[in-house]
Amino acid sequence: MALVELRGVTKIYDLGGEKIHALAGVDLDIESGEFTSIVGPSGSGKSTLMHILGCLDTPTGGAMSIDGIRVEKARPKELARIRNRKIGFVFQFFNLLPRLTVQQNVELPLIYMGYSAARRRERAMEVLGLVEMDNRSRHRPSQLSGGQQQRVAIARALVNEPRIIFADEPTGNLDSNTGEKILQLFHELHAGGRTLVLVTHDPDIAGLTPRRIEIRDGRIADEVDTRLVRGTEQSRFALTRDDRDAVGDSPREA
Amino acid sequence: MNLISAIDFSVRNVLAHPFRTILTMLGIILGVSSLVAMTAMVKGMEKGMKESMIAMGGLDKVLISEDGVPSEMDHLADLAPGRTFRDVYALRKNAPLLKVVSPELRADDRNITYGHKRTWPSELVGVWPAVLEMNLFEVEHGRFFCDMDEELALSVCVIGTGIRDELFGSPEKLGFEIIPIGKWININGQPFRIVGMFRHYESERDRKIRELEAKRRREQGQQSGPARQKGWGGSKTWGNPFWRKNNTVYIPMRTMWLKFPRYLEDSETGTLIPDTRLTDIDIKVRSMETMDKALQQARNVLGITHHGILDYEFRTQESGIEDINKRIRNARLSGGIISGLSLLIGGIGIMNIMFASIQERIREIGTCKALGASGSAVFFQVVTESIVVCILGALVGMGASLGVVELLEWLSPTQNSPVITPAALMTASACSIIIGMLAGIFPALKAARMSPMEALKY
Repeated sequence: MALVELRGVTKIYDLGGEKIHALAGVDLDIESGEFTSIVGPSGSGKSTLMHILGCLDTPTGGAMSIDGIRVEKARPKELARIRNRKIGFVFQFFNLLPRLTVQQNVELPLIYMGYSAARRRERAMEVLGLVEMDNRSRHRPSQLSGGQQQRVAIARALVNEPRIIFADEPTGNLDSNTGEKILQLFHELHAGGRTLVLVTHDPDIAGLTPRRIEIRDGRIADEVDTRLVRGTEQSRFALTRDDRDAVGDSPREA
Repeated sequence: MNLISAIDFSVRNVLAHPFRTILTMLGIILGVSSLVAMTAMVKGMEKGMKESMIAMGGLDKVLISEDGVPSEMDHLADLAPGRTFRDVYALRKNAPLLKVVSPELRADDRNITYGHKRTWPSELVGVWPAVLEMNLFEVEHGRFFCDMDEELALSVCVIGTGIRDELFGSPEKLGFEIIPIGKWININGQPFRIVGMFRHYESERDRKIRELEAKRRREQGQQSGPARQKGWGGSKTWGNPFWRKNNTVYIPMRTMWLKFPRYLEDSETGTLIPDTRLTDIDIKVRSMETMDKALQQARNVLGITHHGILDYEFRTQESGIEDINKRIRNARLSGGIISGLSLLIGGIGIMNIMFASIQERIREIGTCKALGASGSAVFFQVVTESIVVCILGALVGMGASLGVVELLEWLSPTQNSPVITPAALMTASACSIIIGMLAGIFPALKAARMSPMEALKY
């Protein structure tokens, strides 16, 4: 069973009588340890997909499970618990709480998990060390650069040992140099065995991830898995979904 | 979400906008300070009234005073005997539930001189020794009247300290105390020897002021010149029972009869005939529980001695207590309405600010929810913040109430100094916590119900 499973997931927004089909039947599996990017132009439904994947929203139809837990009918409280225990978020605008210190920002998910102050501190310093921000633990977010803030945000996404991390345009608010470093960090996390999902509108960034899912008009329009052509010269060569089906036995399942 | 983190975050959020927070707290500050100050004032009033009550002889004292004959007995008016020694002896003998019966005969003229000094006592009364127990007097210097004084109608008197102050000088002015036992003074032109002097009676507040004054004088270095009279003599008025008590002069009953006889004018012939009536009969009951029974006994006795003519009435202190309670209730009510309104307005202000505050923090709330904050955690956080604002307001308000009490005392130096009680402080704190909770509920519900996805889009 995949870490995340979507079967025929639809999302319909009702805007004053007019029904918008943001997602029109999505089937998707994300395995543990994958680094996937979801790419698509604005209005394609990629944000909606990420919200549903991140348990911030529930689908209108279809079935979905995370780590074996069915979530399509879950109540807000259960969703909050899943977000707290299983999911890490990295946002485009970092979303650090301005009045808390770096360390307190990172501790936030642990507070909702009910950790003691001493354990929170220990764990927060551990992940801050991972993103090389442990020397700034007493600073306020406003005293940090954009790249540093995003590192803190990544530390916060890691602190609860999530099964999967969602990053919504994590480099969208950074200059290209800093953005590259952040992406580098993501790749390091992936190399460390973590499962990541990156939402972006930038095909270049998406091109760097092993697996790419392109969303258009609320459907998966294209899917590329570079690992299927591992060892070839054209490791960036795009395979279509049909190609992958033709290959059959997926290395992910190996 | 634990309480410590919630309080920590609340304090951070509240301190992030200090000026706004102060404006928000204003209503609570006003409410709490007026609540505490009001209860302190009422408490002071109560204390002062109780002191006065005791100064006037206590709760168990009942006055038998003169009353007009009721209209249906009008034709018997000439037969009405008035209050006489007959009543006193009858009550003493036949009303066992009475503890003390004290006859009093007041002189209408009261002027007292010593050398070239002159004073007018509040009371010049001929009494029996029972009066000490009746009016709660204590002889501090010398002695009270003995049977010999009464029997021989000797010209002796016992005075209050106020009389001593006027005729011989007060310890405050002189720097030492004169005890004029054995001195001869003139009462209504007749010489009397002072055989005793009562204790000095004063209210709590007067004592404090006097001690403060004495301390100040000591610190200024033994400047023992005569103290200047300030203003209009402070609280030396007829309304002050302590002043009245200190300016009392008692002489033996029989001396009063013989030296200052009173006369009635015969309405037909115009000749003067001696008045055999007493001016007052005061009684004290054995215990407050048997008050009604005791009064019935007295009524039965007087019914016989007065041949059923109701030319007297019983005046208990109950009406006084009733009056005090009414005044306290009124003060409480008006103060309560003012502080209640302030607290209500304060609560509305806080609710308003909490709405504004969560509106400007929608994205933060969305972030917290994305990180796993449940609706109840967000609710708890917002309510805690509201309560923190209220508690801060209450603390400032309590501080302010000390100032208000000082100010009130300075503005109107009545004899009742306000007393801030722990109960008032606790009530104020409880009120503000409840208001914080109520004011926080709606904003907190709004925040808790926010969809995390919508909130993150802000």
